[in-house]
Amino acid sequence: EASDFCLYWKWRHLYVPRNYDPTLHPFEVPREYTRALNATKLERVFAKPFVASLDGHRDGISCITKHAKSLSTIISGACDGEVKVWNLPRQECLRTVQAHEGFVRGICSRFCGTSFFTVGDDKTIKQWNWEAPGYGVREEPINTILGKAVFTGIDHHQREGTFVTCGQTVDIWDEQRSSPIRSFSWGVDSFSCVRYNPVETELLASCASDRSVVLYDTRESAPLRKVIMQLRSNTLCWNPMEAYYFTCANEDYNLYTYDIRHLDVPVTVHMDHVSAVLDVDYSPTGREFVSASFDKTIRIFPKDKGHSREVYHTKRMQHVICVRWSADNKYVLSGSDEMNIRLWKANASEKLGLLSAREKAATHYNKKLIEKFQHHPQVRRIARHRHLPGDILKQKRELREMREAQRRKEQNVRKHSKPGSVPLLTEKEKHVVAVVE
Amino acid sequence: MAAVTPEVLTSTHVEKMKKKKLPKRYWEETEKTDQSQRRPEEEQGKAGQNQNKSTVKEKSLKRKNGESLEKKDPFPGEAPIPQKQLQKFQRGKKCKVPAGARERLKEAIAISEAMSEHAQKQAARYDLLLPEDAGFLEGDEDEDTNTISQADIADAVDITSGSKYFNLHLSQFGPYRLDYSRTGRNLLVGGKKGHVACIDWQTKDLKCEMNVMETVNDVNSLCTLRSASRWLHTEAMFAVAQKRWLYIYDSKGVELHCVKKFNDVLRMQFLPYHFLLATASATGFLQYLDVSIGKEVAAICTKMGRLDVMAQNPHNAVIHLGHPNGTVSLWSPNQKESLVKMLCHRGAVRSLAVDKTGTYMVTSGLDRKLKVYDIRAFKPLHSCFLPAGASCLSLSQRGLLSAATGEIVQVYQNVLGSNPVSKPYMAHRLRGQIWGLAYCPFEDVLGIGHGEGFTSMIVPGAGEPNFDALDTNPYRSHKQRQEWEVKALLEKVQPELIGLDPGQLSKVDQASFEQRHKEQIEALGFDPLAKDKFKPRTKKKGRSSAGAIEKRKRKVAHEDQRDEIRQSVQERTEREKELKEKSNEKKLGNKSTLDRFRK
Repeated sequence: EASDFCLYWKWRHLYVPRNYDPTLHPFEVPREYTRALNATKLERVFAKPFVASLDGHRDGISCITKHAKSLSTIISGACDGEVKVWNLPRQECLRTVQAHEGFVRGICSRFCGTSFFTVGDDKTIKQWNWEAPGYGVREEPINTILGKAVFTGIDHHQREGTFVTCGQTVDIWDEQRSSPIRSFSWGVDSFSCVRYNPVETELLASCASDRSVVLYDTRESAPLRKVIMQLRSNTLCWNPMEAYYFTCANEDYNLYTYDIRHLDVPVTVHMDHVSAVLDVDYSPTGREFVSASFDKTIRIFPKDKGHSREVYHTKRMQHVICVRWSADNKYVLSGSDEMNIRLWKANASEKLGLLSAREKAATHYNKKLIEKFQHHPQVRRIARHRHLPGDILKQKRELREMREAQRRKEQNVRKHSKPGSVPLLTEKEKHVVAVVE
Repeated sequence: MAAVTPEVLTSTHVEKMKKKKLPKRYWEETEKTDQSQRRPEEEQGKAGQNQNKSTVKEKSLKRKNGESLEKKDPFPGEAPIPQKQLQKFQRGKKCKVPAGARERLKEAIAISEAMSEHAQKQAARYDLLLPEDAGFLEGDEDEDTNTISQADIADAVDITSGSKYFNLHLSQFGPYRLDYSRTGRNLLVGGKKGHVACIDWQTKDLKCEMNVMETVNDVNSLCTLRSASRWLHTEAMFAVAQKRWLYIYDSKGVELHCVKKFNDVLRMQFLPYHFLLATASATGFLQYLDVSIGKEVAAICTKMGRLDVMAQNPHNAVIHLGHPNGTVSLWSPNQKESLVKMLCHRGAVRSLAVDKTGTYMVTSGLDRKLKVYDIRAFKPLHSCFLPAGASCLSLSQRGLLSAATGEIVQVYQNVLGSNPVSKPYMAHRLRGQIWGLAYCPFEDVLGIGHGEGFTSMIVPGAGEPNFDALDTNPYRSHKQRQEWEVKALLEKVQPELIGLDPGQLSKVDQASFEQRHKEQIEALGFDPLAKDKFKPRTKKKGRSSAGAIEKRKRKVAHEDQRDEIRQSVQERTEREKELKEKSNEKKLGNKSTLDRFRK
């Protein structure tokens, strides 16, 4: 009765009697659909992924590394041998070190977060303290190792005082010694990247310039096996959650996710870039990864999808050399040729900062709605739409045409040759040349 | 609800006199039997399995001396939910896992099924917390409820409810049509001779009153929408169908719009979730006006003559029109032809009403019959003969049917369903012919517009007792109204989504490949899958003469057909070969002794 509701006049705005009877809520589906459509549109409206740009380097960024313990700190190395330590929330440079002559090729943080290693074109490995030296004191490395050849990459063991470098060979070093404790090589080639497996910590993977990805076990004397692809892989990254998967960024514009137990066919081929892919990094959840390309874009792929869910680009960003996903799964860092490090949101339309309970509920509800109606043509069209720079769009079309032409050609060849002589290959099978044990 | 029977009272009284007894606990044995009586569903549903479990538990809890020290939960497990309540919140059928489905799909289906079941249970559980119950009227023995007069009812109920029975004597400008606002707070009456008034009928507060100096055909209170002009600061708008045009006024009676595209309107219906005003005119046009943007959405020429019988289906927003030839036609703004046309009466259709679940339609015609249809199957359920015929029909939220027969309003109970119409539940005699009938939402009130003015009649059990404050809240504050307005406008359903089945959007589109291909060709204007014609390259040295080109064309002509033919020929030859071999075997008769074991 009315009196009951009028009694609490003072608190009437808090009293919301509900009745969930479906007959009182007609047009359930059309209304929900309308809400989903609005949510999709709003998601696109609020998609503003660019957060900040860190400038200060005097040459192109060649590598970025996260601090092992601190979320807010990163180190970047440039092509002029300069290394900078950044504070992300304040967006400022804390420290600058002239570490090498020539390129800084690789940086890695020690697992305990007390020091970091850099390798450069001057054939040295240098270990630096995370702590900046006092005022007036010169920057000096803790330790310097002189190698025989140029190093191109470095990675540190998860728990022990050993690290691995790659160059003409893959070398395993003890922090206490000045010569490698073990060297691996398989044929004469050079390596561009080497990574420790985050779970099976004695396992290594490296990309070689003979178009192969090689797996090693540090406890054994010889490499385990390698898979040879049609073009060279630039870098690779292990999936931190399912560490039997790794993804490698290839020169043929694609990324390939491999299962180390079945190297003969990649699990997924990730296509969307229109130029060579230069770097790749997994999110800490292992569900997505980000890739940097020579085509001046970075893309975010779900780990099991063939196409990207997101593409980031700006007018000023040039060839993206390196990319990292922050350890709190919220941001993506990209370093590019034009001397800037850019900070992006991993989820473009996410609101930063604290959310009230109602905001949180609304975002969850909207997310669920979009998921529910994702296959409706209107919703899908809006959710999928991304703006691309003109030349990338043009290249994309060109590539599609080329693929179509190749497919047609292959069909014709198959049609006019002896049945069975031209096998039907899937996209996954096409790119692997051989697996060598 | 908590009525204590006298027997219980006496027994406790006697016990108290006799001796002091330990107070009874609800988990004790006798109560337990009560509980089992109260909840038979639980016993049936959980079968013997549960009982076995409980006995095992008892044993383990019992000590050596045979006394159980620990208290046993008298209501183990989840509280049971009556099947009827669960049924109320059932949405569609359960999804079956298709045969040969992959593990991933199976998992996804299982998860979504579990979620929807959980939601259904939670919603059904909430029914217990609803604060109000529906009212009813009960006569003494041998007393018909339809003989109880309104004055008696008004005397018997509390003062607030009693004041809901009142008469407005407006004999000058009648007869009156009326409309309640969606929350049920405001009443709009429009007299045929131009008198229009907007009243907060509970406080009897007159909001505006005017004479439009023209014939008024119909009135409709639109949703409460703020006007575009800020200084007006209005709450409500209403539409009045006048002699020529359709006018829209605000709640103070200021004319906002004169919509000249809508002429000679006889009847109007407002679709609140679509913000559409549907009008039926004397010229046979059914028009839709989007009141949120002021645009005409559709104008359909029905070619059925004068349209003065109209109703909306609140379940799917389809408009029902009744025609002089006895047919009822169903319309959506997306189609120039009617969705359905059904012959309902031998004479003209006089009035129509559709219930809120969209299951039943009640019609009355000049043949003095009252018919109930199932409009999901378009089948008549039952009909009855009313001696005077019904000129106006109206259905309440809880399914009470009121029919105006001459000067008497009759209210029927349990009309919707398969049992035939019996004697009326209530009746009320008025002076003057009845022109409009409408139930007030969320109130047990029937508003009657007639020649002598307006009567508000108390009909116990007519309105839905529990409103949902996020949908329509009669007691909403200013802020709540503003919030609701924004939300409602944001989720305005587009007129394209109006159709017979409102849930179609959630179903899988199972159009065949051919059908989709056909639609694609229609939309694009060409066939995207068509093969481009073979164009022979121009060659030199006279090899591109017309004859040579034709020859080359013939080489590749009908390539795909040739492939098919080649394949079928190959298959046939193989089959023949097999048959031949078999027959050879038979002829030779080289059967071994072991052949008899062959199948």
